[in-house]
Amino acid sequence: MISSRFSKLLSWSYLIALYGFIFLPVAVLVLFSFQDGRLPVPPFNGATLKWYGEVFADSRLMSALGNSLMVALGSATVACVLGFCAAYGLARFVLPASRLQRGLLIAPMTVSYLIIALGLLTTFNWVGVSLSLWTVGIGHVVINLPLCFAIIYASMGDHQKNIERAARDLGAAEWQVMTQVSAPMLMPSILAAFFLAVTFSWDEFIIAFLLSRFDVTLPVEIWSMLRSGLNPKTNAVGSVVFLVSVALLLILELIVFRRTAKK
Amino acid sequence: MATASLETRENRRAWGFVTPALLWTIAFFVIPFIVMAAISLATRKGREIVMAWNFDNYIEFFEKAHLLKGLFVSLEITFTVTLISVILAYPLAWIIAERVPQKWQRMALIMAILPFWTSYVVRSYSWLLVLAQNGVINNSLIYLGIISEPLELASTRTATVIGFVHFFVMLLTLTIYANLVQMPPNYRRAAADLGANGFQVFWHVVLPLTLPGIMVGAFLTFVLCIGDYITPQILGGNNELALPQVIMLQLGRRADFPMAATLSIILMVVVTLAYIACARWLKMERT
Amino acid sequence: MTAPVSIRNATKTFGDFTALDDVSLEIAAGEFIVLLGPSGCGKTTLLSLLGGFLSPTSGTIEIDGKDMGDVAPAKRPTTTMFQDYALFPHMTLRDNVAFGLKMRKVGKAERHAKAEELLDMVGLKTSANKKPHELSGGQRQRVALARALAVEPDVLLLDEPLGALDLKLRRQMQDELKAIQKRVGTTFVHVTHDQEEAMAIADRIVVMNAGKIEDVGSPENIYMQPKTLFSASFMGEVNFIPGTLESATETTLTIKTALGSVELPAFDHAGFTPDSQVTLAIRPEHFRASTGTGPRVTLGKAKVEDGSFFGTHHRAHLSPLDYPGMTITAHMPQSAIIEPGAWVELTLDPASIVLLPGHPPHPIQESAAS
Repeated sequence: MISSRFSKLLSWSYLIALYGFIFLPVAVLVLFSFQDGRLPVPPFNGATLKWYGEVFADSRLMSALGNSLMVALGSATVACVLGFCAAYGLARFVLPASRLQRGLLIAPMTVSYLIIALGLLTTFNWVGVSLSLWTVGIGHVVINLPLCFAIIYASMGDHQKNIERAARDLGAAEWQVMTQVSAPMLMPSILAAFFLAVTFSWDEFIIAFLLSRFDVTLPVEIWSMLRSGLNPKTNAVGSVVFLVSVALLLILELIVFRRTAKK
Repeated sequence: MATASLETRENRRAWGFVTPALLWTIAFFVIPFIVMAAISLATRKGREIVMAWNFDNYIEFFEKAHLLKGLFVSLEITFTVTLISVILAYPLAWIIAERVPQKWQRMALIMAILPFWTSYVVRSYSWLLVLAQNGVINNSLIYLGIISEPLELASTRTATVIGFVHFFVMLLTLTIYANLVQMPPNYRRAAADLGANGFQVFWHVVLPLTLPGIMVGAFLTFVLCIGDYITPQILGGNNELALPQVIMLQLGRRADFPMAATLSIILMVVVTLAYIACARWLKMERT
Repeated sequence: MTAPVSIRNATKTFGDFTALDDVSLEIAAGEFIVLLGPSGCGKTTLLSLLGGFLSPTSGTIEIDGKDMGDVAPAKRPTTTMFQDYALFPHMTLRDNVAFGLKMRKVGKAERHAKAEELLDMVGLKTSANKKPHELSGGQRQRVALARALAVEPDVLLLDEPLGALDLKLRRQMQDELKAIQKRVGTTFVHVTHDQEEAMAIADRIVVMNAGKIEDVGSPENIYMQPKTLFSASFMGEVNFIPGTLESATETTLTIKTALGSVELPAFDHAGFTPDSQVTLAIRPEHFRASTGTGPRVTLGKAKVEDGSFFGTHHRAHLSPLDYPGMTITAHMPQSAIIEPGAWVELTLDPASIVLLPGHPPHPIQESAAS
């Protein structure tokens, strides 16, 4: 079967070519973060860890990193709690206009971040709220709440409804049902929503850019580094962010998906 | 209210769960949107914003070439990117789903979307390393003696499109793969059993069945692409401006909030139209 | 630990739909009651009213003499065992069973001891540390029972608890359920649509249809002396022979049917007036008595259409000579020789014929009675 062998060869070539395209920029980024020279472009002059040293010695970058973590964890927590409560209320009880309510909660997902940021910016200006990491956090909850709500709502089946009824029947108060039965039972999807929200917030630029003033998050700090053009230090920061994200992804994979796969 | 029935009491409690999220969404999404819509009807006098309650900004948008052009540049880039990304991603998803052995599929998929997890800003910067005048491509080609003068790659629309395609190929591979694997294998077996060859099976069975999934992915690409500021700003430069760049320009140099709001509303209208078209199509497909 | 239940004129409507229509029922303490009926008959709605998951639109529910009005499920002396068991998937069996006690603020050592005692009772003591997903269907069912009993309810409500099990396991669990009920003495209210299950476990069966109670009584009573056509047909195979009451004397009722006139002793058939529509209900196995001695009723000859062997009996379809369009199902003795085309005599003990008011909603044969 020559044609089958040919199509197999074609398939693998295509796979490799596309993987090449997908990995090219990342490979270049990481490789030249070790560049022993002032420019992160060929030729490669030899390896050094000097740029990583500079990154970790840069107090602005480090405080931006801390800000990013704070905003990401904080906004993801708020979005998860609000999203879980809303999903619980809408999935477990019959409320009027529940379709409309769901639609409203999901709506921010269909709007560009730029527009959400601009709306919040004009509103904060109008009301007289000064910009800070708090306003960035508020913006990030706005974009992450629909996500958390949708993920958790989708995982609430009717089977669990009976389990919660059983808990109530055995004497659990509403808050006990939520904290001791519903939340632990839905933990995989809550964790998935939480980690996804953390990564979204961690990587978000435009809202963080428009809604912050003096304290900024990491993507905004990196953005201002770009003004100095190509620079191995930027490569080093980028590589660090990449590693942190991949580590998060691994945690998600190991904790959440393993656990759900087991069931 | 001792007479309230059990169900009524339960429902009253349910509002307690939903209300915080609803209030948040209303306070920080609906109201800002209304404020922005109102501001788009205002004018700027010096640094003051005066509520004029007219559509002058919208009229200005259609009259001033540099503003209107932003929309067309954005639409052209977005359609090009969506089309190229789907064409590149579909075979990749198909190969992963069909040719890669089962136990390696998850790994292959994770690898295919790994650069997804670099910072969005850094990813565009990485393409700059590749495409810049002294970047990887130009330097390699000169080193190999194929060209003598560096090619103009960065700060072009091509660079913007490459940067976008890189991102959306990953996204679409994921969505199309999910669609391909959840299709019951018996459809294909039945088609093959009835005498269809490999291409016919694909054309008559696999493609129509995965088309709704592709449309959803394409819509997502459209929305994210048309609203993005970073990629055109870093890779496209200032030679031609996409709509988000024009919006940011109003905010930055000119502090023209009314015009920025107007452009945002227009951007949203475009996305909404795309959504309606997509939803219509999906509905038609189903019936 | 056990209490009587009284349901008075309970009605439940959902919009235009009446799920439960003016139902009254008295349940004695320690009784094993089975609510039997097809899906949509209102049996699960009635159970939900007892459990407090729904409030009645009108009427009252009392448990142990106390009005349950709008007492929440948690505050009622009832627990429910759900059809899908509703075990907490993230807890061990011990924690599942001890959950209700934990909610009642019982100390850890005490509630664990109680949980293990109950797990022991259902034969799962060694699995106390397992999670529900490690168990088989029958084992989960036992855990659900142990969990519901751990809080020592006055009334246990069982919502089709055996519905998800295969037939053999279901029969086995019926026996266990009955034995455990006798041991703990709690009032059990059990919902099912399986009449064999109902007969196997119930002290009294409540047959329900279309939101109303059709019949209440011991399994023997309901099977042998059903009060309505629905009750008779739901409790197993039955032949309905529609007719008209011709005359009623002190001692004898005469019913005119397509198979001739039938005379029945009048002792239990009071309340029928001449010319009213009635139906004779005859269980298939009652034709077997035709060879014995004693009082006799005959419905004429019938031709054997087909027959199959069921181990304990032959099941045959017969068409009567007087009305060949009608099909009668009869159970013949093991030793009988069933040959299609053969003629048999349709004789039976008049005491085994049940006279019911009205005609079947779908006449078995068109104009059979006229």
